[in-house]
Amino acid sequence: MDNPIISIQNLNLYFGKQHVLRNINIEIPKNKVTVILGPSGCGKTSLLKTLNRLNDLHDDVKINGKVFLDNEDILNTTADITRIRKKMGLLSQKPSPLPMNIFNNVAYGLRINGIRRKKKLRPLVEKHLIEANLWDEVKDRLKDPASRLSIGQQQRLCLARGLAVNPEIILADEPTSALDPISSTVIEKQFIELKKHYTIILVTHVLRQARRIADHIVFMYMGEVIEQGSAKEFFQNPQQEKTKSYLKGAFN
Amino acid sequence: MKIKKLEERFFYLLMILSTSFLAILLLFIVSIIIYKGLPSLSWEMLSQTPKGGYYLGREGGLLNAIVGSAYLASGAVILALSVSLPLSLAMNVHLRNNKRIINSIRLILDLLWGIPSVVYGAFGFTIMIYLGIKASLLAGIITVSVFILPIMVRAMDEVMKNVPFTLLESAFSLGSTKREVAFKVVTRQCFPGIITAVLLAFGRGIGDVAAVLFTTGYTDNIPTSLMDQTATLPLAVFFQLGSPIPEVQNRAYAAALILTIIILTISVVTRFLSRKYHKTRIN
Repeated sequence: MDNPIISIQNLNLYFGKQHVLRNINIEIPKNKVTVILGPSGCGKTSLLKTLNRLNDLHDDVKINGKVFLDNEDILNTTADITRIRKKMGLLSQKPSPLPMNIFNNVAYGLRINGIRRKKKLRPLVEKHLIEANLWDEVKDRLKDPASRLSIGQQQRLCLARGLAVNPEIILADEPTSALDPISSTVIEKQFIELKKHYTIILVTHVLRQARRIADHIVFMYMGEVIEQGSAKEFFQNPQQEKTKSYLKGAFN
Repeated sequence: MKIKKLEERFFYLLMILSTSFLAILLLFIVSIIIYKGLPSLSWEMLSQTPKGGYYLGREGGLLNAIVGSAYLASGAVILALSVSLPLSLAMNVHLRNNKRIINSIRLILDLLWGIPSVVYGAFGFTIMIYLGIKASLLAGIITVSVFILPIMVRAMDEVMKNVPFTLLESAFSLGSTKREVAFKVVTRQCFPGIITAVLLAFGRGIGDVAAVLFTTGYTDNIPTSLMDQTATLPLAVFFQLGSPIPEVQNRAYAAALILTIIILTISVVTRFLSRKYHKTRIN
């Protein structure tokens, strides 16, 4: 692959004695939707959280290997971790807005990046809410607590909040699993829109979702990468036995 | 089947009984204080310091003790808060992965919580003698703040422990530093709990006799500096209740009534204020 944005080499991850990720080698293309696919418990989420060093929050994690982002090894860097995290926005399974109002949820990321003046904040907050396709629904209630939004709206608010730190990559961990079908469709459409400017890495176990939006697929099983490649190749002409049986629905 | 029903019945009854027991106890205490204290409560009592002969049942009031207690408790709460908020935040954000340190801090705090306040009073007194400080408002503030510190930290800690992990994750994933997560996210999320912790500590601090018995002294004047001696309401209750004169004894109940009203008012007002923040909380 020419010019991947992320390149993972020989990554191994342990939670205590449990070997969660085994010898992972992945390349992720820029400005595409890469879907990490696999049955529950195969290590997809752990892989995603390795990318923005969120696994650091756990106390018994051991990681070795290399993850290159823009030619910098983010696992073995002396650089500020917050700077690496700001290159990525995270959408988790269940939306968790910050305990503040809608406006401040988006403004939070701007403020920690040093933009504090209300005059500057206001248009930026609007821009990111539009990007997340939420502006029309909340423009008259920006002062309302974020917890009053519906769960689908909360997920889009989290998307806007993530976009506000000006990331290159959007990490999404089964972002539609808690949402109703309509909200899910809105999020999926938004991803296709957003890939013009961002690289999107989406974790899912929903095969149909992968078929709908994936450009590139990484298929994982039991902590290992079984197969990876373009979505077209993957669905039309799978190489591995495990992939074939997964596509037939054998693991679900 | 019948036994199960009987069991249900029994525990339901037990619950009703214990709840009403508590309610009656509270009602009983409050009504005794009101019944005995209210007739002696007068504007004079709230607005004047003791004149000569006050302790024999003549004119004067308890303004010295009211102001003294307010100074003492607010000083102690501010001092304790300035230590306990950063400590409890550090325990739940910065030291999160260091279970061993956190558990030792929790153990130490629990042990400190268990020490009776009179021991803190005696401890404060020893330190004062060692440093050559006389009984004063400052000595009282420090002693009481040490005494309420473990209560405050543990109460905040309990609330902060329950911050959803996903909230921490999303705050960190935005590129926040630990300090930003602690002060901008966890503090906000836990605001009602922090208020409750402060109230709990304030109530213990303003109502305690033993911690101030040796450390603040007692005076009929309102303190004008931190080095002055000061009167406090609990001590005013204590001294007056020991008097053989019935009028003075009734004034002890009036002083207790004032103390109760102060605590209730502050608790209602702050709870009202914290509700404003409560609605932005994430479950």
